Amino acid sequence: MLDFLIESILKVLVVFGVLLFVVAYTTWLERRVLGRIQVRHGPNRVGFQGLLQPLADGLKGFFKEDIVPANADKIVYVLAPVLSIVPALMIVAVIPFGDSFQLFGREITMRITDVNVALLYILGLAGLGEYGVMLGGWASNNRYGLLGSLRTAAQMISYELALGLTLISVIMVSGSLSLVEIVNTQTVWWNAFKQPLAFFLFLICGLAEINRTPFDMPEAEAELACGFNIEYSSMKFAMFFMAEYAHLISLAMIITCLFLGGWYLPFGIPTPGLLKFPVFLAKVFVLVFFFIWERGTFPRLRYDQIMRLGWKWLMPLALANIFVTGVVVTAVA
Amino acid sequence: MAVITPLLKGLAFTLKRFFSKPITYQYPEQKREPSERWRGLHRLKTENGQLKCVACGLCEAVCPAKVITVEAKETPDGRRFPNRFVVEVTRCIFCGYCQEACPKDAIELTRNYEFCGYTREEFHMTRDVLARN
Repeated sequence: MLDFLIESILKVLVVFGVLLFVVAYTTWLERRVLGRIQVRHGPNRVGFQGLLQPLADGLKGFFKEDIVPANADKIVYVLAPVLSIVPALMIVAVIPFGDSFQLFGREITMRITDVNVALLYILGLAGLGEYGVMLGGWASNNRYGLLGSLRTAAQMISYELALGLTLISVIMVSGSLSLVEIVNTQTVWWNAFKQPLAFFLFLICGLAEINRTPFDMPEAEAELACGFNIEYSSMKFAMFFMAEYAHLISLAMIITCLFLGGWYLPFGIPTPGLLKFPVFLAKVFVLVFFFIWERGTFPRLRYDQIMRLGWKWLMPLALANIFVTGVVVTAVA
Repeated sequence: MAVITPLLKGLAFTLKRFFSKPITYQYPEQKREPSERWRGLHRLKTENGQLKCVACGLCEAVCPAKVITVEAKETPDGRRFPNRFVVEVTRCIFCGYCQEACPKDAIELTRNYEFCGYTREEFHMTRDVLARN
């Protein structure tokens, strides 16, 4: 019992330490990649190739004045960034990073925990994470902030439906809600090959769910001047920012687990035990790179376009996909 | 398909740009050559170690931003020279009228665009500073 406790606590510490580190460096990666896409350098001054930039940003965040607007709802205003970042970090608890390895004669699994309803847990936390954004914009008593929050609420409802529906077809194919089991059913054929439409839909809905370009309605810089986080400064803003990137990374990991076969190589090529974690990391990196790449490519959709895409295209497509999957799965069985 | 193709085209385009070389000038190390006719910081020209300026005050008169102050004085042998010649560079619009108006070709705008300071007073460039420049 005691060694189980120690193992779990150690794993939690390691995973969250690494996660926060990766979150910090994703901001660096994003700025460098966007820079190169725009034929400029991006931050390359602080340390070698700008590698100390996240550190400098963090220090700057700490030393900035922490402002609470006079007419803000103080409790909710302070609570919102916390509500935003805690669920974002908690999602990682159910994500398997690899198989298991032997250490001091113990078998250590490369995940914090394997919940049998992991997908529900992730959907729940993803929904909860949006509350931080919604409450933050509302509590700061700013019209831009409120508009950002309203858009978040509308966008969340529209896209979470389609997101949940695409997940159903994955569950039908894999026959489980546990991420570990879903990964283990993909040793030969990844779900991305079995369910290409679901993969595509999930990618789009996921981007909308984490409020990323081209669906970054809540913080549309051009018309809302940053939207929900307009009144936030100092570490409160940094927390929103970190939550955004934590969501980005967890989305990449979830897609890797659900559609890209987790730590397995495609077409049944056997994966050596040592390579499993690097394979997983490589897939996550490719996805994160894709998210940055598409941010540098696509313009933001208009509000009505987002709503139309969500309700008129993604939802029906997801429903049709469930129907077809159901027919095929029943026919095969 | 008609919806997807342009998206993929865009992605291909940005990926091509990602692998191209940035066009940024890495400023302090790598300087950009200003044009031949660049109008930068003023210089009072000298001839045989003496200022060419005779303090006629034409530049002061023509200056649209009124940043030039000239105070004339005469040497014992009757040569006029500027006792005080101040250009408030912070307000200067670098139009180059002073250079055009000067009958003695005594003032010019150099290609120097790198001058900075911490106080306003540092930008009140005096005669000797402008001559040394």
